Amino acid sequence: MRNQCSVCAFIPSRVFVLTALMLIVSPVWSATTLVAVAANFTKPMTEIAAEFEKATGHTAKLSFGSSGKFVAQIENGAPFEVFMAADQENAVKLQTAGLAVADTRFTYALGKLVLWSATPGYVDEQGEVLGKAIFKHLALADPKLAPYGAAAVEVLKNLGLQEKLQLLLVQGENISQTHQFVSTGNAELGFVALSQVIENGKIASGSGWIVPERYYAPIRQDAILLTIGEDNPAALALLKFLKGSEASAIILKYGYSLPGQP
Amino acid sequence: MLSAADIATLWLTFKVASLATLIMLLLGTPLAWWLARTRSRFKGICNALVALPLVLPPTVLGFYLLVMLGPKGPIGQLTNELGLGTLPFTFPGLVVASVFYSLPFVVQPLQTSFAAIGRQPLEAAATLRAGPLDTFFNVVLPLTKPGFMTAAILGFAHTVGEFGVVLMVGGNIPDRTRVVSVQIYNHVEALEYDQAHWLAGCLLLFSFTVLLVLYSALKTHPVAHQLK
Repeated sequence: MRNQCSVCAFIPSRVFVLTALMLIVSPVWSATTLVAVAANFTKPMTEIAAEFEKATGHTAKLSFGSSGKFVAQIENGAPFEVFMAADQENAVKLQTAGLAVADTRFTYALGKLVLWSATPGYVDEQGEVLGKAIFKHLALADPKLAPYGAAAVEVLKNLGLQEKLQLLLVQGENISQTHQFVSTGNAELGFVALSQVIENGKIASGSGWIVPERYYAPIRQDAILLTIGEDNPAALALLKFLKGSEASAIILKYGYSLPGQP
Repeated sequence: MLSAADIATLWLTFKVASLATLIMLLLGTPLAWWLARTRSRFKGICNALVALPLVLPPTVLGFYLLVMLGPKGPIGQLTNELGLGTLPFTFPGLVVASVFYSLPFVVQPLQTSFAAIGRQPLEAAATLRAGPLDTFFNVVLPLTKPGFMTAAILGFAHTVGEFGVVLMVGGNIPDRTRVVSVQIYNHVEALEYDQAHWLAGCLLLFSFTVLLVLYSALKTHPVAHQLK
């Protein structure tokens, strides 16, 4: 709340009471950090943040959104201290701009692509349905904006199907919208993130083909410490916790893989 | 069902919308009055500026506000100089952004109803030696009550429904700038469609009720036809 005391009048007294209570209840060294999280990582990060609070006594407040928007906001003074991007590019962009601490960047998760349909039995386990082109719409995320979209285009190219299917492609603005196209049945099938359809280690509903990783370049999601969080122990602790085994277990459970692991 | 976090976003939304509506009525009334009466050559420019948020995509408006109000922007540097800090990602910032975004919904109904009064009632009041304030409160206000109701309700409802601007300027920060529309977005991103449906249902019910009440009230009011 730097330089903002003249606006304190707007902040409800409830927040003050809560903050005061938190100060009394929690250990002296506990701190709070504000984290900008890529929207596709909403679920696992909510769970990781809860574990993080239990393990360290620090608090991580999460904001979800698109990585590109976060970059624009951070460039214009947003108070985020840790940035967990949906890709590598946006994290590097902040690093180059001098808004992030260079040697703190690391890949916290690798996204996996799945060809998915809401209809059980529609997508076979080898993905051969793609070649048959018996559908009217194949959904994917905008390859210019979303790393999962770019990966999907790469898969189609590598299978030699891009030209054949070009007219059947419908693009979601991001991977969530793409999932909505498919889950509502408006597109018979589509390339979505495995994390969106996985539950307890398998595809929860419909049918899917987990695309082998040889068909696309790894979808690296990078995290980085932002310069304004440099001195916050909670921000540093969160980055450390993200690399630990508790966080790794959650990340794997939600259908991501980790660098250096299958 | 609605979680505690959902209810917190509803409460925050209510506060933003109430405060923004109040400010819009205070700013919008003199502005609409001037626009309704003036023959200035700047009238066209002003009308266009006020109506701009109706046409611009909210993310574009949000982006410009973010840049203008940010530490490198002219308004941001001004607020910094004044010791106020910068506005984006704060509650006052949300209110300021909402005022810009919803202003046409307040100014336009007021302007229409001010114009509909015509000159005669004002001239009659003047011949009876009523001062400008006296005229405004005892002649103009009673004649334009439906205009004020429409302005207040549309301004409030439109602020409740905004998304693109508040996401850009607010930053989706829990307890501080996370309003109900942004919370729905969070639920959808997390594929929590049940919770998203609950909140979206609340918004739908709210918006429909507001519009129903507004149009029913306008129908029974004698001056209503002037607004059409």
